[in-house]
Amino acid sequence: MKKLESSLKNMALALTGFSVVAGALLGWVNSVTAEPIAQANAKTLSDAIAVVVPGFDNNPAEAADTVEVNGAQYIIYKATKGGQPVGAAVQSASNGFGGPLTVLVGFDNDGNIIDYSLLSHSETPGLGSKAAEWFKKGAKGDITGKNPGQEPLTVSKDGGKIDAITASTITSRAFLLAVNNAYAAYKNQHVDSASGASQQAKPAEKCDTDTTNVEPVKE
Amino acid sequence: MGNLFSAKNREVFSTPISMNNPVTVQVLGICSALAVTSKLEPAIVMGLSVTIITAFSNVVISLIRKTIPNRIRIIVQLVVVAALVTIVSELLKAFAYDVSVQLSVYVGLIITNCILMGRLEAFAMANGPWESCLDGLGNGLGYAKILVIVAFIRELLGSGTLLGFNVLNHAAIQEFGYVNNGLMLMPPMALIIVACLIWYQRAKHPELQDKE
Repeated sequence: MKKLESSLKNMALALTGFSVVAGALLGWVNSVTAEPIAQANAKTLSDAIAVVVPGFDNNPAEAADTVEVNGAQYIIYKATKGGQPVGAAVQSASNGFGGPLTVLVGFDNDGNIIDYSLLSHSETPGLGSKAAEWFKKGAKGDITGKNPGQEPLTVSKDGGKIDAITASTITSRAFLLAVNNAYAAYKNQHVDSASGASQQAKPAEKCDTDTTNVEPVKE
Repeated sequence: MGNLFSAKNREVFSTPISMNNPVTVQVLGICSALAVTSKLEPAIVMGLSVTIITAFSNVVISLIRKTIPNRIRIIVQLVVVAALVTIVSELLKAFAYDVSVQLSVYVGLIITNCILMGRLEAFAMANGPWESCLDGLGNGLGYAKILVIVAFIRELLGSGTLLGFNVLNHAAIQEFGYVNNGLMLMPPMALIIVACLIWYQRAKHPELQDKE
């Protein structure tokens, strides 16, 4: 068979044909994998809730409340034991360095952070992706036991007390913003739904400290 | 049957695994070699994913090569590769969720992997489906081999584990003063290990060295 020449008709037909076949194949794969992906996501969520708010006897995933604050939506999974509230897991999101960063934060009745779980992110593996462990109990940026209501969590570069992930300041800011917003939704306080990159007090150019991985703030 | 595994076909398959390795000789696909090799499991999955996608896309492009007008060949190649990568990504999310989270953006970036596009353009567009399949498998396995070697060294010496199983984090070993090397888990170390592999290969095979 002779190779097709590059006429407009041939190019249009070939590209349309290949795209239709590829699209149909992707549609079929999507329908086949939709259920297992939903199950995997549900399992990830229930496992995460069990980690961030231990010691409940209800099913928090079924007792979910959606709270809207300043146009942003937060899902609160209330945990109870013997009918008494023992805390809640709050799902919150903010814009990280690589895209949306979704975090599940566990609070006790007083608003202290019990633990957290990073549900999804698009951060750089080996750098921003360290957020999954960096802020855990005993780690460098440990946030457990802290109460964002008493003092919002911010990185030390912005005058706060939390060590940012090495070379991933934007991710750290975004993560802490999501945690602060989760607390605000939990206590239904004011929420700033900006991206993590806008949490600086002054532009990066004017900072005399290390500004690795920091976007300048547009003034 | 003998024709399927002729000397020429065996060479097409074996050369990229050793003497013309896409990572250590052609220096392609370095980005993911740095990013996914701090642990062995994601490195193996990434290597297998690239191997499967390279082989399949080579076969598909080889089968339709006569129906692809020359001026849109790169676009068609991208459509085929993007479809295959998306399928692999969906399957990983459905059946290997933890690994898909670890690999994150790098599965999607297989689409732009130079090894993949290079083989489609240089080999699949000019050869039959069987030879193209062997070429894809060879290049994919050559890439996977380097990823696995680098990840083996980095996870063992950086975390003291292999595939998550504890190997070096024992009191008996640490009494001798052994400490896990945190530098091994940092991205630059992957580049240093790849450089050492290139050095070893070129020392062993002087014909690979650049002529003055």
